[in-house]
Amino acid sequence: MTARTQLLDDRAIGRALVRMASEIVERCGGTTDVVLVGIQRRGVELAQRLKRLIDAAEKTDLPTGKLDITLYRDDLQTIGPRPVVGETSLPDLEGRTVVIVDDVLYTGRTVRAALDEVTDFGRPRRVLLCVLVDRGGRELPIQADVIGTTVSLTATDRVDVLLSERDGRDVVELVRAPAE
Amino acid sequence: MTGLGKDLVGLEPLSADQLRLILDTAEPFKEVSERQIKKVPALRGKTIVNLFFEASTRTRISFEFAEKRLSADTVNVAASGSSVSKGETLVDTAKNLEAMRIDMVVIRHGSSGAASFLGQRIASNVINAGDGKHEHPTQGLLDMLTLRDRFKRLQGLKVAICGDVLHSRVARSNIWGLTKLGAEVGVCGPPPLLPRNIEELGVTILPRIEDAIAWADALNILRLQLERMTAGFIPSLREYNRVFGVTTERLKKAPKDLLILHPGPMNRGVEIDSDVADGEHSVILPQVTNGVAVRMAVLYLLAGGRPGPQQAAGGEEA
Repeated sequence: MTARTQLLDDRAIGRALVRMASEIVERCGGTTDVVLVGIQRRGVELAQRLKRLIDAAEKTDLPTGKLDITLYRDDLQTIGPRPVVGETSLPDLEGRTVVIVDDVLYTGRTVRAALDEVTDFGRPRRVLLCVLVDRGGRELPIQADVIGTTVSLTATDRVDVLLSERDGRDVVELVRAPAE
Repeated sequence: MTGLGKDLVGLEPLSADQLRLILDTAEPFKEVSERQIKKVPALRGKTIVNLFFEASTRTRISFEFAEKRLSADTVNVAASGSSVSKGETLVDTAKNLEAMRIDMVVIRHGSSGAASFLGQRIASNVINAGDGKHEHPTQGLLDMLTLRDRFKRLQGLKVAICGDVLHSRVARSNIWGLTKLGAEVGVCGPPPLLPRNIEELGVTILPRIEDAIAWADALNILRLQLERMTAGFIPSLREYNRVFGVTTERLKKAPKDLLILHPGPMNRGVEIDSDVADGEHSVILPQVTNGVAVRMAVLYLLAGGRPGPQQAAGGEEA
């Protein structure tokens, strides 16, 4: 049996997002020219939540976008095509500060693909990375600028992020495979 | 999850799930063609040969755009001006191409079964771009995608395929694909241009064009394949237009507005009148746009070779 341990409950996720929202504003020196871009699938919902928090605090209306990086992956050969490629729709990125939002940061390959895709849509002035969970285990020199929580896990562990919009409840769980 | 296997030779061997996989995968590819930079790196480093033994403009260019927008490297081989005209066999041509380390072959050929024959003899992926009177699977798929776009469903939809069904690989791919996804298919045309026992494919025979117009939600109007008609199928083009031509006058009598499809190239004033082809219910140009998306989806799904693993419930990043 795999063991599930809760890392964040709904209230902890809420608190983390409030802090992340204010950190984004701080790092960008305000909200001028800031664009939030969520990576499919759960990054999109997180970007929407951060937008609502920032909009309420700063009396603004931040543009958001969604990015599906499936076609920019480097592992089509090894794992085959993903069954469903999601939607990509981005506002104008030229000269903007783009905040890429994702749920979990692990190897960094998704972010590498996202950076490639973003640059095909325009030339942002600056790109930041914002993740709910940084679980370590990077295979590329990539780091997040705004982080909800950091955990150090082994390769056999998995982090599941469930969000109410998609999964009916908010929780971050560590799924640990049984020891052999 | 279902993959597609190595080759796409027709829609007949595919399951409903596989057909849906292709149509669903085509959706996001539509958007790629709307970007400023119409290119994604999914097939970077793949080499694709477009091997065309028959004339083609739309299909060949559509495949080529699809390949280029996925960043594949492409080479076009036309039968005329190649060693095919010196008597080389199909398999020898393909094996020589394979010796140059290619990954995929898109083939159009005048003989039914050519794509399947080739697929069994070479290791590269083979995609059928039309083989004789057999199938033209990507055309069938783009017709289905266009119908699904407009009606938001295929289940229960009534599609009448009108005209030269006998010579049409497009008709066969449409019949297989649409019936598998629950649509009702009718065929309409002069008896000499309807294959014998076509009703065994599960289609309704509509003897007159007026019957088709009264019955259908959409008309897929086929080109009269003048180059394949040796003699005696129809008295004259004018006669054909008078009896089977889709005209505004005939469409006015329909109980509802019919969607108009045509795989091209059109013979205006023969099987379809100009005001119908250019009318508000015509989706002939959206069909062409969808063709690129569908072909990108097929190339992408075949390139990976096997289906992806089930994605974890949570948002784990690979």
